[in-house]
Amino acid sequence: MGKTLFDKVWDSHVVRKIEGGPDVFFIDRHMVHEVTSPVAFLGIKNRGVEVLYPKKTFATADHNTPTINQHLPVQDPLSAGQLKALEENAKEYGISHWGLGHEKNGIVHVVGPEYGITLPGATIVCGDSHTSTHGAFGAIAFGIGTSEVEMVLATQCIMQPKPKKMKININGQLQKGVTPKDVALFIISQLTTSGATGYFVEYAGDVFENMTMEGRMTVCNLSIEMGARGGMIAPDQTTFDYIEGREFTPKGADWDKAMEYWKTLKTDDDAVFDKEFNYDGSQIEPMITYGTNPGMGMGISGSIPTAEQQDGNPATFKKSLTYMDFNEGDSMIGKKIDYVFIGSCTNGRIEDFRAFASLVKGHKKADHVTAWLVPGSHKVEAAIKEEGLLDILNEAGFELREPGCSACLAMNDDKVPAGKLAVSTSNRNFEGRQGPGSRTLLASPLVAAASAVTGVVTDPRELLEGVMA
Amino acid sequence: MAYDKFEILTSSAVPLPIENVDTDQIIPARFLKATKREGFGDNLFRDWRYNNDGSPKEDFILNNPIYSGKILVGGKNFGSGSSREHAAWAVYDYGFRCVISSFFADIFKNNCLNIGVLPVQVSAEFLDKVFKAIEADPNAQFEVNLQEQKVTILATGESEGFDINSYKKGNMLNGFDDIDYLQNMKGEIEQFAETRPF
Repeated sequence: MGKTLFDKVWDSHVVRKIEGGPDVFFIDRHMVHEVTSPVAFLGIKNRGVEVLYPKKTFATADHNTPTINQHLPVQDPLSAGQLKALEENAKEYGISHWGLGHEKNGIVHVVGPEYGITLPGATIVCGDSHTSTHGAFGAIAFGIGTSEVEMVLATQCIMQPKPKKMKININGQLQKGVTPKDVALFIISQLTTSGATGYFVEYAGDVFENMTMEGRMTVCNLSIEMGARGGMIAPDQTTFDYIEGREFTPKGADWDKAMEYWKTLKTDDDAVFDKEFNYDGSQIEPMITYGTNPGMGMGISGSIPTAEQQDGNPATFKKSLTYMDFNEGDSMIGKKIDYVFIGSCTNGRIEDFRAFASLVKGHKKADHVTAWLVPGSHKVEAAIKEEGLLDILNEAGFELREPGCSACLAMNDDKVPAGKLAVSTSNRNFEGRQGPGSRTLLASPLVAAASAVTGVVTDPRELLEGVMA
Repeated sequence: MAYDKFEILTSSAVPLPIENVDTDQIIPARFLKATKREGFGDNLFRDWRYNNDGSPKEDFILNNPIYSGKILVGGKNFGSGSSREHAAWAVYDYGFRCVISSFFADIFKNNCLNIGVLPVQVSAEFLDKVFKAIEADPNAQFEVNLQEQKVTILATGESEGFDINSYKKGNMLNGFDDIDYLQNMKGEIEQFAETRPF
């Protein structure tokens, strides 16, 4: 029987198989940030153990950093303490550290690919569930807990049972105004927030083949939101063109050798998946969520189902709508919004800002809307300026902040106030995710842009008519 | 770090019959700023447990003195979302040693196993019986036997088996952790590392 892409990469990283237990799984690239690593470093310190391969670990500060005045000392002493701990740990163990203010600083899942740390066929982990992002390159990438961060620091391995395999095929021409974010939110709405738990997903079909690397990253990023440990897409010419020449990618003869291997990274024709789903890409609408998990999403022109129409526990469903202050049967279009957030490891890359800018161009931000535009990295920030997008954004009444995770998880000061409704391009609409009592609608950069200028939830296709004409 | 051995736990349980309890609810991000692993139990279920002014919300289960114990019982898909191990630490630090649910999110389950909290996955039917037993008697006792991989509702004698891989079971019974194991095969890991192209 043939092997899947996932099998090929997984099996080549198993150091030892334990009878009746997990595999001892080798990690090629380990990324750490300030929030989930301090206790892991403390752990190896207490054991008197060194970092086995410091050059395979990369540190950046992102979760807890301010997005204004980054040149000034961080005000919150606890946040400052975590940033300092990361810096000191990196220094003590000889780990590269792109801290606050460093030119390469940014969200861990944005900078990894930007600098070629992310490679096809590699295994990549980080103490962050959206590590699944890197699967876009044909890597096996997933989030781990702090105990596992400690394992990787000490031994470059973790202990993992091999997940089951799921394939999601989507073919067809996407409609105008439908972005990779919509494709991902559509899949999650079909599978539910736990529908892929226990599985590793391969995305296949021409919808993904035709996506840019940034689009593929958005899709793989959201794999965790249906419970999957990760998602991956077979590397192809689009992948190779993206990674070639980046700082940490192999060069010269090493590149040629790597390419030979990378070209074998595709699922064999006779390989079998534990589960397979097929969807028609042309049927996908711009999406929006209405509830308190990412599976509670629908086409933007739809209306919220009743407790009876959906599959989950009715009491949990009603609790969710009560929190959101929505009713069964409500349409989302036209609901007044208070905040717009564009950014995060899901949609904080240059293409996301291009999309956002293309739609707000020639319009003005609605007066009552507070908009936070947070680039995923300094590199993205620089591109926004170089491409002239900043002028378009400023002209339309938007300002750009400095890079970081920001309001996606609201660890820093970027918190949406209680009761306020935010359209966010991030990844989670859990209760209080963007600040205690905040209410989040997940959507694409186009939906966020359209809603930011009208001040109410808006189908971007209405405004795109003008752009395309 | 190595943790307490887990053999047989007999305790009453705290019911939380809500589905998709995500780790942002278990511990919100703003409480993840510590650089040491201590005190997380204080903020377990923070926003469900306390009002903005810090006063307890009377209708939340952890604030109801008739419920207590070392077992937390949650609805389907417990622990979804963020990989923050702080969620498992908060559960442990509060005093729970076992979480029972009909379905766990992967990373949360792993994190629990890595710190000595036993995740016990039971059928939806059995979970319902557990909730009903607590409803009938808030002090209802449950026995979780790791060696036999069995959970029993002591009042009715009803029981159900649960899965755990034999390696992790051994770790929990003995209080070992994975780093102990990995450190013992360092030579093998170093040899393997030599073969990796990048």
